[in-house]
Amino acid sequence: MIDVDAIRTSLPSFASGALLTFELTAAALVIGMAFALPLAVLRGARSRWVVGPVWLFTYVVRGTPLLVQLFLVYYGLGQFESVRESWAWPWLRSAAFCAVATFAVNTCAYTTEILHGAMQAVPAGEVEAARAMGMTRWVVLRRVVLPSALRRFLPAYGNEAMFMLQATSLASTVTLMDLTGAAREMNSRFYLPFEAFVTAALIYLVITLALVGLFHLAERRWLMPWQARP
Amino acid sequence: MLHGYGASLLTGAGLSLGVALASLVLAVLLGTLGAVARLSRSRVLRGAARVYTTVVRGVPDLVMMLLVFYGGQALVNALADRFGWAAPDVDPFIAGTLTIGFIFGAYMTEIFRGAFLAVPNGQREAALAYGMTPAQALVRVVGPQMLRHALAPLSNCWLVMLKSTAIVSLIGLSDLMQRAATAAGSTREPFLYYAFAGLLYLAFTSVSELVFLGLRRRLAVGVRQVAR
Repeated sequence: MIDVDAIRTSLPSFASGALLTFELTAAALVIGMAFALPLAVLRGARSRWVVGPVWLFTYVVRGTPLLVQLFLVYYGLGQFESVRESWAWPWLRSAAFCAVATFAVNTCAYTTEILHGAMQAVPAGEVEAARAMGMTRWVVLRRVVLPSALRRFLPAYGNEAMFMLQATSLASTVTLMDLTGAAREMNSRFYLPFEAFVTAALIYLVITLALVGLFHLAERRWLMPWQARP
Repeated sequence: MLHGYGASLLTGAGLSLGVALASLVLAVLLGTLGAVARLSRSRVLRGAARVYTTVVRGVPDLVMMLLVFYGGQALVNALADRFGWAAPDVDPFIAGTLTIGFIFGAYMTEIFRGAFLAVPNGQREAALAYGMTPAQALVRVVGPQMLRHALAPLSNCWLVMLKSTAIVSLIGLSDLMQRAATAAGSTREPFLYYAFAGLLYLAFTSVSELVFLGLRRRLAVGVRQVAR
């Protein structure tokens, strides 16, 4: 029933696909996080002129499908001659660059909101105490708010990381040979949809479970002992 | 401005919304069954529901959809071969709806289970003590309170679902995305059409959020709010 030979033939492309999936996820998460940290701080600022743009950014990104964003960047930007003639065009023509950029922007918006929520959840008393000790706002942020918020942030961020891992499957729609791309290629070569997509699904499942386990460890290391403190 | 493609795009948007609503019905159904299984005394049912939610959370929706679409076609072909029928083509609307409904049924399972557990058991016991049947207790007492707890995650789930209908275009349904791609190809103005598609999706999600906000206010009547 199951065509094991075809799966065996395609294993190398599944392996390189899994590697690309991993790279896309890691790159998107790292870049997204790097931008989300400052944005989350700005998102909680007092001035409306600071909060407004950040809110608008996260609202628009979270309100539209990732596929639209990806097509907008990869296919859409080439519409403009000024873009085609700019220094950035060699990059914007590359599917890998567009995919990583889009995924990073997308996860950045979600991460910003999650982190903002975690920062709001820091008890007011802790912040007041820190300020009463004479800490400046920057010091309060660094010593009190962020250490506590980043721990609280872990469970929800674990979910977001899992979503991102699966969202990278859309990279296969812009010619990239990630795990899903490998499965689609195998399906069109042998016409074996079950073998191709179930193999990919199982690999995704294993990577997801590993990611969940990793976040569990992180929570045990950083969140739980801290919550147990009297 | 849209070179005459406006009507076509709106038709496609209607189709996308149709997929989302049909999937919602299926997801609520599966979610209810899943939650009942998850809360039941039977170990087998609990295990099955767990496997369901774990597998769905671990596999990308695109992979699941391609599996249902191409795998479904292979299955239909094989069955037709055996019985000597002419094999019908698998409809992308049905394949897409089944996939999205199946995926979000798993999320609804967790939502309904959490909402049920969030209602204090005393509520149900009190209803039973008044002589209500278990079904009455569920419909009159536990259900309405569950709805209040489930509303926030439900609204989130619906928004994710609405956005995930975009990938049905990849199996050939002429939904909003597919029509935007067609228009983009023939006019060579892809940015315009994808941006328009994005705006329509944004409109859908914004209206949904407003509706849910109203519902949440309405269902929270009778719950004391701490002043902020």
